[in-house]
Amino acid sequence: MAETTLGHTDHTAPRPQGLRGIVADVSSDQRAFKNVSWGKAMMWIFLLSDTFVFGCFLLSYMTARMSTTVPWPNPSEVFALHLFGRDIPLILIAIMTFVLISSSGTMAMAVNFGYRRDRKKTAILMLLTAALGATFVGMQAFEWTKLITEGVRPWENPWGAAQFGSSFFMITGFHGTHVTIGVIFLLIIARKVWRGDYDTGARGFFTSRRGQYESVEIMGLYWHFVDLVWVFIFAFFYLW
Amino acid sequence: MVDVTPHGADFIPPAEVAEAELYHPHSWWTRYVFSQDAKVIAIQYAGTALGIGLVALVLSWLMRLKLAFPDTFSFITPDAYYQFMTMHGMIMVIYLLTALFLGGFGNYLIPLMVGARDMVFPYVNMLSYWIYLLAVLVLVGSFFAPGGPTGAGWTLYPPQAILSGTPGGQDWGIILMLVSLILFIIGFTMGGLNYVVTVLQGRTRGMTLMRLPLTVWGIFTATVMALLAFPALFVACVMMLFDRIIGSSFFMPAIVEMGEQLPHNGGSPIMFQHLFWFFGHPEVYIVALPAFGIVSDLISTHARKNIFGYRMMVWAIIGIGALSFVVWAHHMYVSGMHPYFGFFFATTTLIIAVPTAIKVYNWVLTLWRGDIHLTIPMLFALAFIVTFVNGGLTGLFLGNVVVDVPLSDTMFVVAHFHMVMGVAPILVIFGAIYHWYPKITGRMLNEWMGRFHFWVTFVGAYLIFFPMHYVGLVGVPRRYPELGDTAFIPPSVHTLNEFITVAALTVGFAQMVFLFNLIWSIRHGRHAGDNPWGAATLEWQTAGTPPPHGNFGKELPVVYRWAYDYSVPGAPEDFIPQNDPGPLTQGRPA
Repeated sequence: MAETTLGHTDHTAPRPQGLRGIVADVSSDQRAFKNVSWGKAMMWIFLLSDTFVFGCFLLSYMTARMSTTVPWPNPSEVFALHLFGRDIPLILIAIMTFVLISSSGTMAMAVNFGYRRDRKKTAILMLLTAALGATFVGMQAFEWTKLITEGVRPWENPWGAAQFGSSFFMITGFHGTHVTIGVIFLLIIARKVWRGDYDTGARGFFTSRRGQYESVEIMGLYWHFVDLVWVFIFAFFYLW
Repeated sequence: MVDVTPHGADFIPPAEVAEAELYHPHSWWTRYVFSQDAKVIAIQYAGTALGIGLVALVLSWLMRLKLAFPDTFSFITPDAYYQFMTMHGMIMVIYLLTALFLGGFGNYLIPLMVGARDMVFPYVNMLSYWIYLLAVLVLVGSFFAPGGPTGAGWTLYPPQAILSGTPGGQDWGIILMLVSLILFIIGFTMGGLNYVVTVLQGRTRGMTLMRLPLTVWGIFTATVMALLAFPALFVACVMMLFDRIIGSSFFMPAIVEMGEQLPHNGGSPIMFQHLFWFFGHPEVYIVALPAFGIVSDLISTHARKNIFGYRMMVWAIIGIGALSFVVWAHHMYVSGMHPYFGFFFATTTLIIAVPTAIKVYNWVLTLWRGDIHLTIPMLFALAFIVTFVNGGLTGLFLGNVVVDVPLSDTMFVVAHFHMVMGVAPILVIFGAIYHWYPKITGRMLNEWMGRFHFWVTFVGAYLIFFPMHYVGLVGVPRRYPELGDTAFIPPSVHTLNEFITVAALTVGFAQMVFLFNLIWSIRHGRHAGDNPWGAATLEWQTAGTPPPHGNFGKELPVVYRWAYDYSVPGAPEDFIPQNDPGPLTQGRPA
């Protein structure tokens, strides 16, 4: 797992452990984070930045919800489905959450098989992850359709504060966009894995850099992040 | 603190990573236009930023003419004045200063100064520029859209920003502005990730974080801040676009306009202000920190003396960066907030003065008994220190709630932020261009044009903004296109306004000389050689001037010392390059 894009650690000199190790790494030359490749570092920092985007979205929504003078629609009623003759609160959201969390599991397995150079299993698991992601987006589309037919709009809804609709469409829409982009990249990388691009080190079309199995893990970082964000949206928007 | 560099000077650390594969251009297009070389991207960034900055300069002239001679320039309507003001502010802060410091100097200097072949992801870096260009084009496009650009003020406060009373509010102006900002943020993020990862993970052998030139520290910290602050602006832009286009009410309260109840209801304009200033205040330091870093290097190089208190300088940069995230509401004292919040934000604001003062003292102590060469970069660096101290002092006035309330929205505020985040960073930009132009082109800029440019700009800037403080103190509000016969405004204000306008036009003319110098010297400048200033940092030790693709020759340089070994006793020259393995006399950072 310690293998990185640009590099093996050539020298085997023992490095200090623990807190001393952290200080030694950060204050050393060449790399502040040893054994972290450029691609991984970049994805982590991007995710930190993206955390601030989602954080601002959620904080703005919570500010709107707390400061509104008209009542906020009750999420467990709004997001209930009428199944088997009774209203089941949040059932669709529960299924969506289950699907997305499951996709994190398949993604983690894909990363594992990627490091074992198991081309087929990696690709299949990535495709499965993409399928689960697409299912999530599909269910989200269903949820949007249902709410829109019930009269929820960004500027009004039948049950209370207008900010309910606008926050809902904005936050779930922005998250859904993230999932969709993730699905697209999962498909692209799965295709490369399937063709064996990462085994032969085929060069990227745009970047002309050699492909690496590490792309699977970087993709995994993004995917787990998108799942994690959903947990917060679930907690703050639906459960509150 | 544990000693983590146990090795002697003769120790050459082994390379930890294989050399990055460079993208080699095959054609004229991939070499000069869609180039993945950070140096070309830097020049593209800088050229675009200076180009759009020229627009902002012309807009400032028009505003000044209107302020001084309202009757002569009656064709500049109040609406047009608001549009000029908005565009001037937005262009200067975002599209010129941020883009030039980070996209321009960041791209050029980071790989060269840390000893890298290029940025870590050259393709993403290239995309960053083209998206930035698209953002600029959308911005320029708003001038030609029906209704013209937005006139909401650069802070774009709702609700007025999207109401019909504001130019562009119900036309295309505000939409194009917001779209352009969103594009800028996306493009910047691509570049910013590159700068941060290159500094953290892409340094050459021997280049520890505490051997980085302060320029890199400044640009690096500013980029990290930008990656954390721009998200707030991004979110604010998205939400305002929703309010404007699909009629949501994030920022729009119930409002009656022209006797008509608008469909908006229940939104919070204050929420926008919080989001905007959570970005807006760090933005001040996103512009200032690269300037701090660059000016440290200029002073050390041209005073032939090591920077005083290097470690303190680094920690001050980091401290300012961190503190600047908890001061944003000092822009909102008059918006109304709980007095305890005012107390908190006033306190944090004043605390920032401590690391800032450390930096100023260290610059002055670097100059102390230095071998000061009054070259043009040095002149600009000295001018920066003076200007920054001036602007910083008025910042102490405005940081205190009780002093800020009467001064708020007067010309005093305009004078303050122009001194501290307008003139001061721009002086550094000029100094930096005079300093690195020989490396970029291989020629020196013309000395006499340069000195003319410096003196007119420096003295002129004071003639513009010093009187403006007094205009503000007598209570002249900002953002008024003309004052008319207002009882509390004495006639002297009108005289001062005319004086300021004449000074502004003069300074503007000097910038034309500067631009001419930039172009003229490419062909006619004196040959510079590889290291005309005798500087110790790595960018002056490249394989050629201008540096070739890949920056360094076959072998990447190995760094043996910090960036400030100037006038070392016993050394053959008065500087020792960072990659000189010679005897290490004082090569450890303090």
